[in-house]
Amino acid sequence: MATSEENMTGGPAIPRAAAASAKKSGSSLGTIVLAVLVIGAVILPFASKNFFIFQMTQVMVYAIAILGLNLLTGINGQFSLGHGAFYAVGAYTAAILMEMQGVPYGWTIPIAGVLCFVAGFLFGLPALRLEGVYLALATFALAVATPQLLKLSPFEHWTGGVQGIVIIKPDAPFGLDAVLNPDQWLYFFTLVIGLFLYWLARNIVGSRTGRALMAIRDNPIAARSMGVNTAVYKATAFGISAMFTGVAGCLGAIVIQFVAPDSFTFALSVALLVGLVIGGVGWLPGALLGALFIVFIPNVAEDISKGLAGAFYGFFLIAVIYLAPQGAGGLIRSGLARVKRML
Amino acid sequence: MINRRTLMAAAAAGAATLTAMPAMAADAIKIGNTNPYSGPASAYGQIGRTVEAYFEMINAEGGVNGRQIEFISYDDAYSPPKTVEQVRRLVEQDEVDVLFGTLGTPTNTAIHKYVNAKKVPHLFVATGASKWNDPENFPWTSGWQPNYPTEGAIYAQWILANVENPKIAVLYQNDDYGKDYLHGLKSGLGGRVDEVLIAEAPYEVAQPTVDSEVLNLQASGANVFFIVATPKFAAQAIKKSAEIGWEAERFLNNVSISVGSVLQPAGLEASKGLISAGYLMEADDPQWKDDPALLAWREFMNKWYPDGDQTSSFTVFGYSSAWTMVETLKRAGDDLSRENIMKAASSLEDVAAPLLLPGITLNTSPTDSAPIEAMQLMRFNGESWERFGEVVHAESS
Repeated sequence: MATSEENMTGGPAIPRAAAASAKKSGSSLGTIVLAVLVIGAVILPFASKNFFIFQMTQVMVYAIAILGLNLLTGINGQFSLGHGAFYAVGAYTAAILMEMQGVPYGWTIPIAGVLCFVAGFLFGLPALRLEGVYLALATFALAVATPQLLKLSPFEHWTGGVQGIVIIKPDAPFGLDAVLNPDQWLYFFTLVIGLFLYWLARNIVGSRTGRALMAIRDNPIAARSMGVNTAVYKATAFGISAMFTGVAGCLGAIVIQFVAPDSFTFALSVALLVGLVIGGVGWLPGALLGALFIVFIPNVAEDISKGLAGAFYGFFLIAVIYLAPQGAGGLIRSGLARVKRML
Repeated sequence: MINRRTLMAAAAAGAATLTAMPAMAADAIKIGNTNPYSGPASAYGQIGRTVEAYFEMINAEGGVNGRQIEFISYDDAYSPPKTVEQVRRLVEQDEVDVLFGTLGTPTNTAIHKYVNAKKVPHLFVATGASKWNDPENFPWTSGWQPNYPTEGAIYAQWILANVENPKIAVLYQNDDYGKDYLHGLKSGLGGRVDEVLIAEAPYEVAQPTVDSEVLNLQASGANVFFIVATPKFAAQAIKKSAEIGWEAERFLNNVSISVGSVLQPAGLEASKGLISAGYLMEADDPQWKDDPALLAWREFMNKWYPDGDQTSSFTVFGYSSAWTMVETLKRAGDDLSRENIMKAASSLEDVAAPLLLPGITLNTSPTDSAPIEAMQLMRFNGESWERFGEVVHAESS
């Protein structure tokens, strides 16, 4: 989160001049925040119960998936209601490779990433013809179809049909299992992959590719006239986004130790979208905040009232949207801007 | 949020070292549960609410062996990852003594290994799959209702003994549930499968109707028609088979025997003569109107769960299974260690739970964790289900 200012591309929140002058002090503040977060993340598994470690691992898994969705929606401006499908592809890749081919779990992650990149790229090609709500509808179809495809009898040999596939939980390797229990190990495993993917996403956004993607989002005609091949970039954005989400699905399957069609319903795609909006569209670190929301807020709502859990969840959602219309990212930005004006 | 959570977690970790052993000595008995209170399968949530109301009643009457029951039930929306999270919360954070009546086949599959590794009693799960009865590999898990293969095998036995030159046609839902029934039927037919089972037609849940499947099955020339379908499709199949004048002996799976939601929409006249098997009383069946167990249930519903649906089989199911849980705790006595609760749960012998059909009892042993394995055949007379013959025991699995 060191230079989070650079990635705040979601909207016209602060005037350019102010942003530029604030950058220096902002980045040193950002470094401190990042350092504190990383230290906290390393200490956490030694200071909490396995259940909480497991929940935080889930948060990171969803954060990676939301990060992927953010690259597509926030950076490239394409909507997707179907990322649950890519998540499912990643999860099933892990499960099938581990349980049927005996592939070590570590290797399933790059394989799932590549597979989902290809799937996303291929889906992105026909989707080029679709804009806005029409694209949302097409991806919605993908999300609805996925659980049923997974149940189809021709694939049952691999997918296990409705029964799904149970995965054995991996122990920590290299003799680390003396120090770390499986929950702690999976936490660190996910943390390292999550940090790597965050670094990757930041570099993509900061690169020539990232600028092209944002140009397409802001004005496709102008981007094309400047020589950006919009078709290739849009399909690539879909591929990269699906890759991130697929890796998250793969990690999710290893953490949960079970995949079944009922795990990847339309509700998952919606949850990812909620996480994206809560965290802030176009602001990469927001993925973590969005993931915290979708993992913990349903439980908080249930604690308040079992019968009205759905209503309270909806209330929290509306409250956040009302108080922070641009998500957590927008809130932090305007808060920082206010502090700077006071200084 | 992170900070607050971290602090809380740190505090909890400190406390955990003091209470590493589950709090057995505490006064309340903690029972954990997951149910789909939201999401596509939320109709089943009624079972969880009935159970909760039942335990409230037990607490008001003084509890079990003088101890109150603390029932902690979380919503998993029928989503397996959520079930894993909620069950870990129950076991590791709430430190429940037992898990009871967790609902759904995929959801219980997701936690099956975990709860057995943690050695937490995983009792009387609310699903009809056959895999919960596997005490050798999963000694901490037990089922409750008769499983689907058992029921299929019961029909097979009756057909072989009573139908002359049987030719069976089966309509089934193309998933685990449908295949479990088909599997049970085949194993009940034994060596005569190829000769007797002449047609099978699967249908998908997404289909609008099963009319064409019924026509194809009739064309096979079968004289026995076995309907393995959920309520909506069962009603269609009953109606269609009557319309086309197919004079076969028709069997209907227990899943769809509700008079109100299946047979009435299909037409009571069209439903006449259907054969099925049951193990629980139907609340709206006039023959149980004055049965003491049903009257007690109705009183419970009126007082403790007035919003509950008294025509639904879910509330009957919840009441009878919750009774089983309380009975198990009573038998465990003052030693409520997990081992002892499990021991009590796996030594039920001829226990008559309320609302079970007369003659059907709960039976478990260390090598058999399927409590109900008997059913009674019944025929629909145009108004209600008339039981006939003996209670059939099919300790098949």
